[in-house]
Amino acid sequence: MSFRAHNKVFLQGAVASTPMIVGGIPFGILFGSLAMSYDLSPWFAVAMSAIVFAGSAQFVALGLIYADAPLWVIVSTTFIVNLRHILYAADLVKFIKHLPIKWRFILGFGLVDETYAAIRPMYGNGSINESNGHYAYLGSFLSFYLMWQMCTVIGIVAGELFPSLSEWGMEFAMVATFIGIITPYLHARDGKQLTQKTARYLMRFPYWLALAVASISSLLLTELPNNLGLLVAALLGVLVGFVTHKLLARIWLGEVA
Amino acid sequence: MTILEGVLIILGMFVVTFGIRFCLYARAHKVVLPQWFDEALVFVPISVLSAIIAPMIFMQDDRVNISLDNPWFVGALLAFVVGLWRQNQLLTIAVGVIGFYLVKLLAS
Repeated sequence: MSFRAHNKVFLQGAVASTPMIVGGIPFGILFGSLAMSYDLSPWFAVAMSAIVFAGSAQFVALGLIYADAPLWVIVSTTFIVNLRHILYAADLVKFIKHLPIKWRFILGFGLVDETYAAIRPMYGNGSINESNGHYAYLGSFLSFYLMWQMCTVIGIVAGELFPSLSEWGMEFAMVATFIGIITPYLHARDGKQLTQKTARYLMRFPYWLALAVASISSLLLTELPNNLGLLVAALLGVLVGFVTHKLLARIWLGEVA
Repeated sequence: MTILEGVLIILGMFVVTFGIRFCLYARAHKVVLPQWFDEALVFVPISVLSAIIAPMIFMQDDRVNISLDNPWFVGALLAFVVGLWRQNQLLTIAVGVIGFYLVKLLAS
């Protein structure tokens, strides 16, 4: 494929990520300013965004550093908070397994929620495929990465100028972004071959159930240490969603599960 | 925090984060996932992201607060409704953030 065609797919990936990049801006600024309000070195904040590159884990780590938690607690909490990414990797590996190791290295580094959310549907609907999809993936990752670094620096500067910036509730932007990622799943048209409208609606039900189970259990499990509740709640959501999906598929599609 | 501590924290966080993201990609040719696993993965994003944001939306000061003076709840509800209705991410985020700040301003 030509350079021009690669370029086009690269841009496609970046464009598909734009809403989430916009949603990430306040979140990145908040990270920089929060690091300043905790009296951390600007270089520490910059290095963490550049090297670790994991939004929600970076916030959790700041809180732990502020609370004087030992190194092993910070690292193991990061592990648990980011464990969800292995599930994204498991889903995407089939599309990128033929690529040389240096490609897989870069794509692995760039595997964040937003890029997964932007790229996975593009593979699903056929707008990209195994032969060109990694350029879209790269475009999504690099544009998100650039935003994250710039916003960290802006946040550091802004945090010095307006010390109360970290109390403005900018982390709500992450909540809104994640809701923007979630809602399309509730429309997921599973079983397109179904002619009955009711059956199509019914196939969305497992996603609603996964949402409800994960949300309620994460509320009930907030007391668990090191964000373990998050992991348990997420696994419960996946389990309930999957089992219900199997049951419904068996009823409506006559498929042997 | 000393410089050494800072370096160790970043290094440690990098190793686990990158390790999680890269381990399956590293052995991509040998990774064979069963069919059921593939089907279950569809439910990962919605479950993980809900589990992350639910406490932020519903909990205030360590207790559940579902009321119109909780800006997190109102903003999230608006974003959710708009997201379902229009399926436009930018609009979803914008409406949610505006709702959040309106309630925050009115409540203060």
